[in-house]
Amino acid sequence: MPTVSVGRDRLFAALGETYSNSHSILPVSFFLVVCVAAYFSVLTISAQEEFEELCFKFGIELDDVTSLIRPFVVCAILRGITFDEARYNSFIELQDKLHQNICRRRTLVAIGTHDLDTIQGPFSYEALPPQEINFVPLKQLGAAVVGSAPGAAAQVAADLRADDVDNGVQAKDLQFVVKKRMHREKVATCIMVKSFRADDLLEYYKSDMKLKKFLHIIENSPVYPVIYDNNRTVLSLPPIINGAHSAINLKTRNVFIECTATDLTKAKIVLNTMVTMFSEYCEKKFEVEPVEVIYSDGKSMICPDLSVSRMEVPLSEIIDPIGISLDVSEVVTLLNKMQLEAAHSSLATGDFNIVVSVPPTRSDILHARDVMEDVAIAYGYNNIPKSKPKCMTTGGRQPLNRFSDKVRAEVARAGYMEVLTWVLCSHEENFSMLRRKDDGDKAVIIANPRSADFEVVRTSLMSCLLKTLKHNIDHPRPIKIFEVGDVVVLGGDRDVGASNNRRLAALYCNVSSGFEEILGLVERIMKVVRAPHINAPDNYLKPSDEPEYFPNRQCSIIFNGKQIGNFGIVHPEVLKKFGIPDPCSFMEIDIQSLL
Amino acid sequence: MVAEDAILGFLQSQDEIADSHEFAAGLGIDHTELENVIKRLNGFEIIDAQDFKKDNYLLTEEGKLYAVEGSPEVNFFLAVPPEGISLANLKITLDPKVFSIGSSWSKKNNWIEIAKGSVTRKVDAVEDKVKDLLKGIEDGKFVDGNDVAELLKRKLIVKQTWKGYKLRKGPKYVSKRKKAATDLTREHLQKGDWKDLEFKEYNLNAQGQPIQIGYLQPLLEAWQEAMVREEIQNIFLQMGFEEMPTNNFVESSFWNFDALFQPQQHPARDSHDTFFLKAPATTRDLPEDYVERVKRVHEVGGYGSKGYGYDWKRDEADKNLLRTHTTAVSTRMLYMLAQKKPFTPKRYYSIDRVFRNEAVDRTHLAEFHQIEGLICDHGLTLGDLIGVLEDFFARLGMTKLRFKPAYNPYTEPSMEIFSYHDGLNKWVEIGNSGMFRPEMLLPMGLPEDVNVIAWGLSLERPTMILYGIDNIRDLFGPKVDFNVIKNGPICRLGLQ
Repeated sequence: MPTVSVGRDRLFAALGETYSNSHSILPVSFFLVVCVAAYFSVLTISAQEEFEELCFKFGIELDDVTSLIRPFVVCAILRGITFDEARYNSFIELQDKLHQNICRRRTLVAIGTHDLDTIQGPFSYEALPPQEINFVPLKQLGAAVVGSAPGAAAQVAADLRADDVDNGVQAKDLQFVVKKRMHREKVATCIMVKSFRADDLLEYYKSDMKLKKFLHIIENSPVYPVIYDNNRTVLSLPPIINGAHSAINLKTRNVFIECTATDLTKAKIVLNTMVTMFSEYCEKKFEVEPVEVIYSDGKSMICPDLSVSRMEVPLSEIIDPIGISLDVSEVVTLLNKMQLEAAHSSLATGDFNIVVSVPPTRSDILHARDVMEDVAIAYGYNNIPKSKPKCMTTGGRQPLNRFSDKVRAEVARAGYMEVLTWVLCSHEENFSMLRRKDDGDKAVIIANPRSADFEVVRTSLMSCLLKTLKHNIDHPRPIKIFEVGDVVVLGGDRDVGASNNRRLAALYCNVSSGFEEILGLVERIMKVVRAPHINAPDNYLKPSDEPEYFPNRQCSIIFNGKQIGNFGIVHPEVLKKFGIPDPCSFMEIDIQSLL
Repeated sequence: MVAEDAILGFLQSQDEIADSHEFAAGLGIDHTELENVIKRLNGFEIIDAQDFKKDNYLLTEEGKLYAVEGSPEVNFFLAVPPEGISLANLKITLDPKVFSIGSSWSKKNNWIEIAKGSVTRKVDAVEDKVKDLLKGIEDGKFVDGNDVAELLKRKLIVKQTWKGYKLRKGPKYVSKRKKAATDLTREHLQKGDWKDLEFKEYNLNAQGQPIQIGYLQPLLEAWQEAMVREEIQNIFLQMGFEEMPTNNFVESSFWNFDALFQPQQHPARDSHDTFFLKAPATTRDLPEDYVERVKRVHEVGGYGSKGYGYDWKRDEADKNLLRTHTTAVSTRMLYMLAQKKPFTPKRYYSIDRVFRNEAVDRTHLAEFHQIEGLICDHGLTLGDLIGVLEDFFARLGMTKLRFKPAYNPYTEPSMEIFSYHDGLNKWVEIGNSGMFRPEMLLPMGLPEDVNVIAWGLSLERPTMILYGIDNIRDLFGPKVDFNVIKNGPICRLGLQ
């Protein structure tokens, strides 16, 4: 079940009771879930009763070109609503929350709310080339201030672009604010309410911190979605901005809600959430006025759809997975406690089914399992009798991990300190700082790194150990550190096209290079990993020419005819790039191939 | 050694050495050298040394000259012939200093008479007492106090106070001292002389040598069964869990999300939360018949579910990413298990790295380690989950657990696990758990009555609580301070 956070004081106000904080966290949150559910279902049941009597005053027509960009719209009307400051703010806040979450930052659904008394139905939802759309956007009332003292005027304009404008202050209120401010700033000016062409508006919003992140949704489309009223007044340019003309404010009595969407199911859920949450403040409580949506092919749909669906669940499917034994009536009682209407029906076999009425607000109930969860919550998780799974299984470890642990212990016994570093690093650290070139065939590249620290998945542990050394450069010499960890390389036999490879790397830093120290460690590792009765050749070192090592002071490690690693003195230019003043020797081995 | 042998040898036959200065002079060695030996022997109570102050006098440069050449007054007197001499002639023959000092002292001693420019003797012969006194002082002989005062006045000698010692046998007197050894050496064993050796007392307040050992990070195990990861690993093994192969950081969206019945519009699939890949951008293949079943359950449901009712897109499922949870591996394991007939129950666990595209701060890392356990069998219940969690966490020393409803797209029901922390005196969240949704399990082909109970937690959280670390970056990554690794106490999990 999804959880909704509710202000504690507002919840207590709704309940008409307060609960002290001496309850532990568990019962309080339990109350929370139950009460929010109760809140929803009371609303909807009443709304349903009223539903039949409502008449269809308004309709919205769909232009079929909207299917190119944002094919769905659902609408509803709340009449005789009374806002106060708290209600108004929570109305705005709910829209913000929905936009962020279920609407996925307005990509799936965008909500527009309008003062119905300023506009006239029927409305039309169209998709037009941006050059043909002209309107005064909500946010632009203040920004269009011009003045004889340009600096001051710009400042006033900037101040007015703050959230109070966005929250739907009416044009005339705003003019008053601006005039007052103008007077104070001694700016002789007039207010121009500026009308924008849609494509210019999007260009303009590129510098708007709040809106710029939504522009990509329609920016590259040849047509933009737009909603007009009967007088061709623009209601909104979804999912970017509403028109200033129909903005709601504290005095608004009748609210027209439209949700445009690319996902109809989500749009319905969003609309249902909006109307069920706020119909409480209508003159006739919990009354919602429906709107008919007519598609260009003549099909029509009445929304919001507040119908209740039935779900029939065998009793055993509810109580067996919980591990409790309850009879039908007890289960029904628990479901009622969760504000779900439930009844039972008897089957010919002597078993029972539970019949649950799922209200439109419980969009989370998809399966009998969701009903089972409500029963388990109402029963109380902490009251469920504990039992033990009966299956007999044997434990076991992955051979590679077991082997890695043995190698780690061996290197630690040799006096090296283990470190644990990040798999992600910058492209530079993995390549150019190690004097290596990216041929494009080795490293996994991140498409959306938040910062340069997360550009590639490491293909060697060298940069990681050098970075760790750099951060501990004041530690007494010699510094001996190691890591056993995974790198990722492109290719391999995995379906995704990239595979992990387990590596051992060790770094020695002192006043002299410590080449023999590292060689000693390589010899030790090669000696202890050798399987008994197998005579690996003693001569497993071959001179190499890798750019990250010092010339003539480096070797490849060969095992079963395959190069599995290398070691040597770290190249002075590499040390310089990582800011390390003392000579270092380094080794890295693919231990997966030693297994 | 010469001095030590001399002292001990002397005291063997004599009762005492009255004056260390005289003794040193007798040996012909410097007193300072002798003094060091005296102090050492006294410290071991081999001799008993009483110190005393002794005034000693040293000749000045002038005094040394007189001791050789005689005093100026005597030289002056000797230069005056018995018949007398004119002062002017005398002045020419004598050194000016001898003339001036000698004339005044001779006169004072009443040896001569000076009148009308000529000098005459008043006595026939004189004794050079000053020269004799100076020679005596130089040789260390006793000199009368008045004479000393006179010489001091004439700045021919200076006074110096010396410390001297009177030596007697001490309680531990031996005629020949054995040398105390400080350490047992190979040589001692070879010679066999360790039996006769005296060993120096050991100062137990001295610090030991820093030991040369490697250190494992607190996040991974330190020594043998010590650290958190290995302990948790042991607990899983004791409870019959089999480790899953998690060495696959790159995963496709399909196995990370879609197969878990996580809808394609879910916020977790947003680029703000997940690292998507430029290379390799998409997966090479997926099991097509299974993909078809997953698509259907998302779009229209089935298996008793309504589904999410949206257009499921293959492109989204193909996108590669860095796995956001190890549950991607669990999903693959369960799918493979479902393909094996007949079904066999399994307990699986893993502890490995996961990736989130989050801003790094005190409590969040872009990479961290996830611990996951799951059991798959016929007819498992929520009661079984609670029972197994109590067992698991009790072995970590957390015996008081409570469960709170939570939301997770692929588990239903979902429970947050809280444990009462005695140190913090409050309930702290330690992990998440739940039963996998039928919409996830049934498309895999698992039998209808098979349930999967699972739980997960991060490895960093218990480690931070255990080591009192409040910044996760102290634990992990290149900025970790070596001293944190070196000075961390061993993990006592599972030892209580």
